[in-house]
Amino acid sequence: MTILNLVFIVFLGILFFIAYFHISNYILDTYGNKTLKRHNFENSIRVIVFITPAFIVLFIFILYPVFETIRLSFYDKFGREFVGLYNYKWAINDPEFRRSILNNLVWLLVVPTLSTFFGLVIANLADRIWWGSIAKSIIFMPMAISFVGAGVIWKFIYEYRGPDNTQIGLLNAFIVSLGYEPQAWLTIPMWNNFFLMAIMIWIQTGLALVIFSAALRSVPKEMLEAARIDGASELKIFFSIIIPYLEQTILVIWTLITIIVLRIFDIIFAMTNGEWQTGVLANLMYDWMFRGGGDSGRGSVLAIVIMIGVIPILAWNLYKHREEQKI
Amino acid sequence: MKKFSISSILSQLLLLFFVIIWIIPTFGLFISSLRDKDLLAISGWWTSLTTTEVNEIYRMSGMESQIEEDGYFKIKGKLFEDNSGKKINSFGITSKKINEFNIGDVAIFKDESEVLLDENGNYEWRSRTEFKKKKGKRLFTTSLSPPTFTFENYKEVLFKEGIGRAFINTMAVALPSTLIPLIICSFFAYSLTWMKFYGRDTLLAIIIASLVVPLQMSLIPILTIYNDFGALFGVAAKSYPGVWMAHTGFGLASTTFLLRNFLKSLPNEMMEAAKVDGASHYDIFLRIIIPLSIPAFASIFILQFLWCWNDLLVGLVFLDQVPSEIILTAKLKELLGSRGENWEILTTGAFVSMTVPLFIFFALQRYFIRGLVAGSVKG
Repeated sequence: MTILNLVFIVFLGILFFIAYFHISNYILDTYGNKTLKRHNFENSIRVIVFITPAFIVLFIFILYPVFETIRLSFYDKFGREFVGLYNYKWAINDPEFRRSILNNLVWLLVVPTLSTFFGLVIANLADRIWWGSIAKSIIFMPMAISFVGAGVIWKFIYEYRGPDNTQIGLLNAFIVSLGYEPQAWLTIPMWNNFFLMAIMIWIQTGLALVIFSAALRSVPKEMLEAARIDGASELKIFFSIIIPYLEQTILVIWTLITIIVLRIFDIIFAMTNGEWQTGVLANLMYDWMFRGGGDSGRGSVLAIVIMIGVIPILAWNLYKHREEQKI
Repeated sequence: MKKFSISSILSQLLLLFFVIIWIIPTFGLFISSLRDKDLLAISGWWTSLTTTEVNEIYRMSGMESQIEEDGYFKIKGKLFEDNSGKKINSFGITSKKINEFNIGDVAIFKDESEVLLDENGNYEWRSRTEFKKKKGKRLFTTSLSPPTFTFENYKEVLFKEGIGRAFINTMAVALPSTLIPLIICSFFAYSLTWMKFYGRDTLLAIIIASLVVPLQMSLIPILTIYNDFGALFGVAAKSYPGVWMAHTGFGLASTTFLLRNFLKSLPNEMMEAAKVDGASHYDIFLRIIIPLSIPAFASIFILQFLWCWNDLLVGLVFLDQVPSEIILTAKLKELLGSRGENWEILTTGAFVSMTVPLFIFFALQRYFIRGLVAGSVKG
């Protein structure tokens, strides 16, 4: 496809949706009032015009697939024959699956916790320093970069050359300058997971930071002043006032990063492709979508396991929504 | 107040420590993308910031370029490119002793030919007998090299490695994938906020539930739909419109949710007044909602655009990995596999892929942050 064609279809694609809304509403505005006497009826048609495109997309891309994935998890690799719990049994006994679950759990434990912690500490530090907003900008920047781009950045840091060569990776150069042997960081099982997690923490801390910065403004200044006059140290203020005050925000950020980490795929796919025991569920799932011509049963089981991880959050969100509606 | 100032200095140092840790990886990548590719492969990027001592091997010209002068056969030439700025300290003629000679010394090879070298890398190699080899001899130099930066890597990556085309492809994916959900979700959010109809609350609950559904749940069924659709109509299963709609689907819940939260905050009286004046919902939408929502649109546009620009999984599953369709992130991943040792290509490619996000980041940071704070929840 040439670039000119590409520009053309991009333009056409966007125009299509604008035209749909404009033309359908124009018709309704011009002829609706004359032919449809009853106001309510015109209103119903308008609602249909307004929500139909979004609803169709929602149905095709979210609602139908959720049920279809659940169905497929009970069927064979082509989705044709019912096999009961076979795929689930396979998963439980599959060493790769167990490894992925374990890795995912470690990710879930480490990344949201550390990102939230760093975000809170940095937001608190930056709040009191005149060059704080520049510092915040810099720490927030990785949020704009793709996971793959971040992967390249960090792969360069972890780059390994044999002991006789000059190290061009920062980490190995540092280790060598201290007199240790250089290491191929990404190939050391178990530890390599933490080197991958470092990338995610590097990215997500920025998210925690900006949300905390906004929330910190709601901490009453008088309370902090009073504590300082009473001689409380900054550390004490941090732990006894700020953390309890931001409890709700901490929870929100922690959940937010948990959801992102649960379906982490890009970093591992780009850095190790799940080798050296770094695989997680999303990678295993991608693998089974195409391995041996693709196995929709096994892939679906893996998707469902990821989904199970978010169900508590989903339920909590719905509960909160209902509470809000009551008010 | 002495105690206060100590704690203030401590917090400044701690923050500085964090900032340095956070900026160094990206900075290293940026510097590396501007370095000469041969130097990049043999020395750390941090060495390029100062004048450094480099050891290199050069080969002098062979017999074709010899001239006869003053009873000698001479080969003249230079080791460095023009304006390299390098200054030679010492040199050698064997790999065992690379620092054997200083500038001004005459080095004598086994075949009794002699070589003179000045500090700018100009050499004169002479012999009483005629040179008979096509290849010249090697010189080992130790020189001081000033920091030099070049855009060579960018030229190579953009035009030869296909990153330039991938950049355009990514734009062709990300723009409609951002605008289409923005268009359809603004109508959707409007009707969820300001229109009364049966099932509205259920629909809203579905949106809230969909916020956290991981997109992995949708991949297999949608891929199947696309394959069936392609086979039925005899068109390619993987195409740009397919990716746009996939991104629209995955971004629909969060876009609608954010927009609804914004629309809910608008005063109800305004809509009522417009209705009394005989305005239809479409009039209200065009004349009142859109102008008021520009800041909200900007935030959501940025979030969704960055999401699509940085996405790998959707582009990998719903596009063919061919030059006319491959997106930047997928291309980078491919290069990581095939050119894993060519750091000049990887660092430059990664930086090219980051240009648009970084531009948005620096130019529109306020909207970006506002969008994130408003509730960046995405499945």
